[in-house]
Order: sequence, then structure tokens, then C-alpha cells
Amino acid sequence: MLKRKDLLGLIDATKEEITEILDTADVMKRHLKAGEKQLPYLKGKTATILFYENSTRTRTSFELAAKYLGATVINIAAGSSSVAKGETLVDTGKTLDAQLNDFLIMRHPMGGAPYLLAKVAKAGVLNAGDGMNEHPTQALLDMLTMREHFGHLDGLKVAIVGDIKHSRVAKSNLFGLNAMGAQVRMYAPETLIPKGIDKLGAKLCKSKEETLEDADVVMGLRIQLERQQAGNFPSLNEYAEFYGVNGKDLKLAKPNAVIMHPGPVNRGVELTGKVIDHEKSRIEEQVFSGIAVRMACLKLLNDYRDSCK
Amino acid sequence: MIIKNGNVVLKNSVEKKDILIENGKIAKIADEIAVNGDSVIDACGKHVFPGLIDMHVHLRDPGYEYKEDIESGSKAAVKGGFTQICCMPNTNPIMDNKVVVSYVKHKAQEINLCKVHPIGAITQGEKGEQLAQIGEMKKAGAVAISDDGVAVKSARVMRLAMEYASGFGIKCLCHCEDKELVDGGVVNEGLSSTIAGLKGIPRAAEDIIIAREIALAESLDVPVHICHVSTHSGVRLIRDAKKAGVKVTAETCPHYFAVTDEIITNFDTNTKVNPPIREEVDKQAILAGLKDGTLDCIVTDHAPHHINDKNVEYNLAAFGISGIETSFGFAITYLYKTGVLSLPEIAEKMSYAPAQILNLDGGEIKEGGVADLTIADLNESYTVNPAEFASKGKNNPFGGYKLDGVVKYTIVDGEIKYVG
Repeated sequence: MLKRKDLLGLIDATKEEITEILDTADVMKRHLKAGEKQLPYLKGKTATILFYENSTRTRTSFELAAKYLGATVINIAAGSSSVAKGETLVDTGKTLDAQLNDFLIMRHPMGGAPYLLAKVAKAGVLNAGDGMNEHPTQALLDMLTMREHFGHLDGLKVAIVGDIKHSRVAKSNLFGLNAMGAQVRMYAPETLIPKGIDKLGAKLCKSKEETLEDADVVMGLRIQLERQQAGNFPSLNEYAEFYGVNGKDLKLAKPNAVIMHPGPVNRGVELTGKVIDHEKSRIEEQVFSGIAVRMACLKLLNDYRDSCK
Repeated sequence: MIIKNGNVVLKNSVEKKDILIENGKIAKIADEIAVNGDSVIDACGKHVFPGLIDMHVHLRDPGYEYKEDIESGSKAAVKGGFTQICCMPNTNPIMDNKVVVSYVKHKAQEINLCKVHPIGAITQGEKGEQLAQIGEMKKAGAVAISDDGVAVKSARVMRLAMEYASGFGIKCLCHCEDKELVDGGVVNEGLSSTIAGLKGIPRAAEDIIIAREIALAESLDVPVHICHVSTHSGVRLIRDAKKAGVKVTAETCPHYFAVTDEIITNFDTNTKVNPPIREEVDKQAILAGLKDGTLDCIVTDHAPHHINDKNVEYNLAAFGISGIETSFGFAITYLYKTGVLSLPEIAEKMSYAPAQILNLDGGEIKEGGVADLTIADLNESYTVNPAEFASKGKNNPFGGYKLDGVVKYTIVDGEIKYVG
């Protein structure tokens, strides 16, 4: 059983833990496919969604996941809260605890912020993305999507192309996929490769061809437009030419490879429209997996909390 | 007063001697000095060091007394074995004029624990534009100038500061940091910054300014002092410059020779310090630099902060470690007990060299010299507990570390200021 108060990252996640989450997510998907959206697992529990950064898909995904499990859900946008009045994260955590929250789901622009919140809050903390650090539920939903297609994760060759340096998605995927026995290849402009990432188990490739050759999964990463303005690469046009994936590139991957992207996609930059809409694309399935994985995480954390009482 | 049977750390040796103190001076050093009604400190089994000097501390007074003030900082200093400290000018108001220099000096004299030497700002408001009143500050008691906390952005202004200060016989102490290259970074750029997902600071941000200050000092033929060296490449730049005859001196801190940046990955904001704690290759180079004399002295860069400045997200936390009470223990544990430095070498780095660089009285145990002494038991160890610090700043990431070397007496001008 997953024995954690919080889900902050996959850096220390074991194969057994990830497998349990994915197995539970499979069950959730079956419920949802059967039209069962009023499940009892979090009945009587409260979850607060605290987002210090804009997001549509992750926020709504968490909100629906908690609601499908029967929880009461509160949404706080940091811009309209006491945070805007200068309240510290530590004080916000204490306040939310005093309101008897069971779970705090937080997105924050700064790495490590959920660790601080988890230290002060009695509620379970789920990291919905913290700066350049981790985005564990995104990696879990990616792994769920891959496992559904291939039936397993070990031995898969996963090619991640794009802004690795600023990507919490790439890092959580690296940790999770490593734990599951998959091989992670990475390719990016040299300005967007974080120092030492190869020492964490990533295979750094020297060309797009080397990256995609024989790959099972082709994953694009969103490039934030401000990265170009900050001078990490000369133009979106050049980025697309050297680091974008097009239909021709896709032929290098295995015949039954899948295409993934955490969204939202810049069409024609990370992936061409043809690739996004390709039959191999699992981008929409990823969104559905996201709800199931978040339901699974909430259920398992809640089971552990209940067992501790 | 007589200090009996201590192992006295002299310039080139450690010898069992008695020390007679009269009128705040060391009157006599001999194998045996008869007691004639004098008070006696039995230093048997202990070591007597020249009073430790920390030429880089932040006392936060005036302006940030909630972090530290001259009284709490002085108490922390003597507890750490320091008889003289030099305080940086990034106070509020900035210590860029004789009034603030006089305030610090007089308040420290009233408190009367350790000697406090103000360091004036290089530029007005530490803004890097107009020179501060360097001559007037020197006259009021400033022993050096520094814009510590930031580098002087303009090479032209830095050049003028070095030249002008040399006319008053004082040095620029240079905080080396290219802010544009730091670009919001909070930890060293490397594997640890990648693991934590925190923005990294490349070594080059420090090295570029070290190289600039060396170039200016060489070109103008004036002395310069490099603050808190943290990079292996910075050590090399200084070593090469010294070989070439440039008048450069340099300091480093315990957190750069004792630990590596792996300690930042748990997001403990007390590990956030500027320059950042770096990697093993840097730590090894710092140790080698201390050993071969490239790095002249050990300072703490004592940077006390209130818990509110640290109990926040890593990115938002203040830079700095409250280190003056653990510095000596770190030197004994990580330099002496490991065989990197001898005791006379530690005394040189923590007393003699700072006195030489800043032209201070002290730094050496010799007859006729000032009776500033630090007596310590090097066989006794203790566990660091920041909650027990005399400093207001409890921001020290080394809680739980076991250190050798306990300060037993801190003596300033022949008066006992601290008993451990």
C-alpha cells in the first residue's frame, strides 16, 4: 500500500508504488468508462486546490478527480486570495489546516514549495507542478497511457524532445520511467539541457535522428515563448526545424510507436499539426488518463490517512 | 594574569608555555612563570591561539536589528572565539559615511566584548555609481571598503575605487558576482540544482568578476582582496595572479571547504548562501588553496537572518548562513583533524593573515603583543544546535553536525570576555 502523507515527486518513488498507482488508475478508468462518476472513496473529505500559477487542464483535472470521488472541493486562485495580500505559504498552510482540509493540491512557480507546505500542513499535499522541479501526476498519467498501449513499461524507449531544462514533466517522467525500467532519451538545444541530467539516468542524444530511432514513445514538451525572448534559441522557426517533430521524423520511430505531449501544444513548433492529429497520437487519451491517475493518487493517499487514524 | 601550561600556537610551532599578561599586553612567554598573586587560567591540555579575527561578518546594525545587532553579534563572536571582527556596510542606512562608521564603532566600544572594525562601502548606497566618503570613513575608523552583497557593476568605478582607496592605505574587499549571469539563480548550477529544480548559478558568474578585479589590481599596481571564494576556477585565477606578482589576497568560508551542494536538495533554506555552496571539485580546490597559501584566510561571512526571512520558499529565502559560532569548530574538524592544515597554519588563516591584510593590531602571540587570545580544547567535541546560538540568527544548516574544538576562553586586551 502507498504509505505516504504527500505526493511531492517521483524522485524517491519505487516501482511497487508506481505500479500500485497505475493499477488503481486502471480501476478508476473502468469506473469512468462505465459512467460511474459518483464514487464514494473520498466522501466526507475536503480538498483545496491552490494554484499559484495559471493552468486549465491540470486544475480542472484535479477538481473533477476529487469530485468524482465524492470530495468537497474548494478552488483558490492565488491572485484573488490572501496570498495577494502578502500571506506566506507557511501561514496559508496553517489556515487551510485549520479549515479541516484533508488534501491540498498545489501548483507553485518555485521548486520545492510543496515540500515546505507538506512540512507545515497536516493535510496531505499533492504537487500539481512546482517550478522546474516535478509534476508527478503528469508523469504518472503519461506512464498510464504508455502502459495501456504497450502492456508494460520496462524496456520501452521513450524519446523526450524539447525544453528539458525548464520541464518538471521531463524530470518526473525521467524518475518514474527509470524506476519502471524504461530507457529515457532526451534531446534539446544545448541551452535547454539542465546540468547533470545524464547522471540521473537520461541518455542525452546528439541529434533528432538518434533520439527518435527505434523509439516506442515520442514525447514533445511545451516550449514557453518567453524562452525564445530570453535568448535560449534564435527563433521559433529555427526551433521547429531542429527540435520539432514532423511526419517524416516520426518514421524513425517504431511502427507501433505513440506520440505524446503534456499540452498545451504550440502547433507547428514542438509538433506539426500532422503529428498532433496522427493516428499514433495519444494526446487526448493522456487527458483522460490524467483524471484517472489523479483519482488513484487521491484514493491511495486517503486510504493511508484513514489507516493511520 | 598568567595562562599556565597551555599548548601555545606560535607562528611556526606549538609549544607548551606560560603566558604572562600585563596591562592588556603579553608581557612574557616562558616555560615556567612564577605566580605572584596573579590570577591564573589553567590551560593544561588546551591550546592557546592568537585571538581569532573574522574579517567578514554582517552585524545588521543599524537597520536590521531584528536579524542581529552589535551586542548579539559581539556575544556570538566571543562565543565563537573571535577577539576582532570586521562588519560589512550593507546596513540601513548603508555604512557609506563617517556617521554610521562612528555609530558602529562607539556602540561596539560600549558593549566592550570583541573589537569591532567597520568596513565602509565602496560606493554611495552600494549603488556602484559615486565613491563613498572613503577618506572620512577611514578617519572615523573604517579598516577597508566593500560593497559586499553586490559587485561594483562598472569596471570604471571599481578602478577608481581601488586607486583612490590605495591613497588612504586601505583595500577594496570584493564581492565577486556578475548579476546578469546569476539571472535569478539561487544555488550552484550542477547536478544538485537539476535534482532540486532550482535555478543554478554558474561558476563563471563569480570567476568573471574575480578575473576583472585581478586585472584591475595588476593594471593599477594596487592591492585587492577577493571575498568568499567558492569556485575551483576562482582559486586557480588567484593562484596564477599571485604567481605573477599581483597584490591579491583572498578568503574562503567553512561552508565552502566542509560541504558540497548535495545538502541543498532537501530545500533547507539555511543552505542558501551567496556565493552558493558548490561541488566536490570546488571543495577540493578550496582545501588545496588553503594548503598552498592561495587562500590567505578563513572568514565566516556570518549572515544572520530572522526565521521569517528563511521559513519561505527556497527562491524567496534570504541568502546567508549564521556561522560565527561554528567557524572554529569547522576549521579544527575539517582542516586540522583531517591533516590539511597544522595549528600554526589555522592560526595564520584565522588571525595572522586577516591582521596583516587589514593592518590590525594582533594576529600573533608574541612578547609585547596585544593580549588577544583564544583558548580552546581541541579534544572536546560538541553537536551543533543553532537554537542555542548567542546570535539572533539561527540560520545555520549544520544543526546535528559533530564538531571538534570547544572554545574555553576568549580574551581581549587581557580581559576575559567569554568562558565556555
